[in-house]
Amino acid sequence: MDEKIYGWWLPPDVSVHGAKIDQLMSVLHWFMALLFVGWGIFFVYCLIKFRARPGHAALYAPVKAVATKYIEGFVVVIEVFLLFGLSTPVWLAYKNDVPDQAKAVHVRVVGEQFAWNFHYPGKDGKFGKADASLISGDNPLGVDPEDPPGKDDIVTVNQFHVPVGKPVVVEVSSKDVIHSFNIPVLRVKQDTIPGQQIPIWFQATKPGHFELACAQLCGLGHYRMRADVLIDTPEDFAKWQAENAPPPPEAPAAAAPEEKK
Amino acid sequence: MSVEHHSHGNGHGHSQEGHGHHELSFWRKYVFSVDHKVIGIQYGVTALVFLFFGFTLMMLMRWQLAYPGQPLPVIGKLLGETAMPGGVMAPEFYNQLGAMHGTIMVFLGVVPLAVGGFGNFVVPLQIGAPDMAFPRLNMASYWVFLPGCILMILSFLAPGGAAQSGWTSYPPLSDIAPTGQTLWLLSMVLIITSSLLGSINFIVTIVQLRAKGLSYWRLPFFVHAQLVTAFLLLLAFPPLEAASLLQLMDRVAGTSFFLPSGLVISGEQLKVAGGGNPLLWQHLFWFLAHPEVYVLILPAMGIVAEVIANNTRKPIWGYRLLVYSVVFLGFMSFVVWAHHMFMTGMGTTMSTFFQTTTMIISIPSVVILTCFIMSLYGGNIRFTAPMLFATAFLPMFAIGGLTGLPLGLTASDIYLHDTFYVIGHFHYVVAPGTLFALFAGVYYWYPKATGKRMNEALGKVHFWLSFVCMQFIFMPMFFQGMAGLSRRLYDPTVYAHGRGVQALNVVISLGAWGLGLSQIPFIVNFFMSLKSGVRVAENPWNATTLEWAAPSPPGHGNFLTEPVVYREPYEYSVPGKATDYSPQFQAEG
Repeated sequence: MDEKIYGWWLPPDVSVHGAKIDQLMSVLHWFMALLFVGWGIFFVYCLIKFRARPGHAALYAPVKAVATKYIEGFVVVIEVFLLFGLSTPVWLAYKNDVPDQAKAVHVRVVGEQFAWNFHYPGKDGKFGKADASLISGDNPLGVDPEDPPGKDDIVTVNQFHVPVGKPVVVEVSSKDVIHSFNIPVLRVKQDTIPGQQIPIWFQATKPGHFELACAQLCGLGHYRMRADVLIDTPEDFAKWQAENAPPPPEAPAAAAPEEKK
Repeated sequence: MSVEHHSHGNGHGHSQEGHGHHELSFWRKYVFSVDHKVIGIQYGVTALVFLFFGFTLMMLMRWQLAYPGQPLPVIGKLLGETAMPGGVMAPEFYNQLGAMHGTIMVFLGVVPLAVGGFGNFVVPLQIGAPDMAFPRLNMASYWVFLPGCILMILSFLAPGGAAQSGWTSYPPLSDIAPTGQTLWLLSMVLIITSSLLGSINFIVTIVQLRAKGLSYWRLPFFVHAQLVTAFLLLLAFPPLEAASLLQLMDRVAGTSFFLPSGLVISGEQLKVAGGGNPLLWQHLFWFLAHPEVYVLILPAMGIVAEVIANNTRKPIWGYRLLVYSVVFLGFMSFVVWAHHMFMTGMGTTMSTFFQTTTMIISIPSVVILTCFIMSLYGGNIRFTAPMLFATAFLPMFAIGGLTGLPLGLTASDIYLHDTFYVIGHFHYVVAPGTLFALFAGVYYWYPKATGKRMNEALGKVHFWLSFVCMQFIFMPMFFQGMAGLSRRLYDPTVYAHGRGVQALNVVISLGAWGLGLSQIPFIVNFFMSLKSGVRVAENPWNATTLEWAAPSPPGHGNFLTEPVVYREPYEYSVPGKATDYSPQFQAEG
């Protein structure tokens, strides 16, 4: 994992929707800097020009400030633009532009104290049933071994593999308390609320090894609720799926489909 | 429209209730007093103690953040093996310090000082009243508050430690947390109750007990700010009190208001009724906690107005605009709360609504800041110790307010939510913002409360050291947030993006310890001036508002003769007058 990409400002953006977020950040901070420097210059000017000194007196009559009305107007106009021109469209796209479900890779993410569980549906594209009563050390999500669609499911802990260049739809939830699914380089964040399955989606633009950091205080292990995010080339992703697919059933008479990739 | 009252001479000892006692016992005079000035000082001193205590908790946390996993010399051993095994902070203890730092600073420090302290002491004096409308209710308010504070501090001794789920106490985490959380909830019930008793008192007092000639448009801005604040407290706190009772029941009575079905904690299914929703707590909490942040800022803006008018020797610019803005701000503060919840899976309609109201609420804040900066123009500015703090408030509040913009817009909040950017944002508003205004208030009204001046030179040292340290603490946090560093992390170096900004953690921690040391001149000054400060008469600052008509310190009943108001609150440098100030209480001439 390349440490050098992490400095004192935004890390590289490796997502399709990230560019618009970064652009909003940039416009915002220039606007904020402009206002602060503008106000600041006037502020310092006043402190110097109107300091008390012998022979100097204050002006009782209120100064007519036409300029301030224009500045306030300017601020309002810019805020309306930021709100309706930049932020809202990005937010609506982030929330509403659901990728084509057929083409997307689906993953269920379940946070717990203090690890991230990733549930992939396997070759059949269907998630097996899960039940809380089946949860064990080996089976953190309680995937039902008797349920046919679940036989090819892959469950990993703290390892999140996704293919580059393909939409990924993630349904996040939690077993116990509120966590938050947060991958800075992908510009995604979603609180994981127990009792709810909340979908989010993204598409990665560059392969690499990155991090997922829980972003909601979840107990004494909150600080170490880290997962590796592996954005794979399509070949590497296929290779990973094949290597991690559960072994085919033993019985020779069973017409089990060959787990081949 | 003032209630008929008797003029009380200094030291005559007629009590408000007409008991006919001529001397109160020590306990009735200084402990269980119904005098707003005594209660104000009780609140003020209690709050200052808790501010320093709450800050000390953070100074401890800053060791772990600067040097993760390193044993803390000397102090590490003193705190015991549970909290600091081998002198190294335990993660649970870090979380306790974090939750308690936030809780104590907001509920036991800033609000009690701003409202309980300054509000109680100054408002009746500024409106020309002999006391609050309900003096006994006022006393009750403090004596419900103090047990709440003590219970909160004692919670550190509970098995499993103090509350450790953030000052926000989100369930299910807070529902399953150790006993300290129950004590936190009980403590909050007491503190909230105290606040509700106080806020009714403020509203009735300001409406009913203004002196003759003191119309609403002649009130000092400080009083307008306190009036709006009182309404915010009265209307916003009840949902949190109710929510605290619901969480208490989840914890001790087997209910599931905030617990959904099917929870699995450490591999075991939680045996509860289920069917609840953690988001219900968030709505109830933030319905208070957003107006609460305006409770934190409004009294500060009031103090800044008073100190700026007095030290620029001219009226505040845009007084009526300020009043309209602060009232509008109060209304708007009730319809922005869910901007704290943008990442919970909120739908687009709700989030667009709250984004819009959040943008709208920034406008009155901008107007208020502009009026204050414009008030400097054309002034004859004296840089006294209170003025240094009040002036610095302006750019500090500007930074805090501006950095709220990326947080209030949902698209940028995706990235910045729950990062150090948020911590930088709100601390700029509350620390070099509100806290500086509160310091200004202490330096400004200390002579009225005690009859002595504070030392100017020590005040200036206190200011400059604090101002510089504040920048080293909070400015780097914006960079940490932009780098994606989450908040409430016991060890940020677990993450590569955390390691990338770890050097800043050392800078911040040094700044924090420096800020702690910078309070020494203030503490020394505070006590030294009580003993040997220069004595002052009623109006050492040549100010115009009514409190400066009373003796320093005022006796029981406050004024020697019934005050009458003849003019607006900030008539400084009126052309043709012999002096550069025309007090409200002085008849023509």
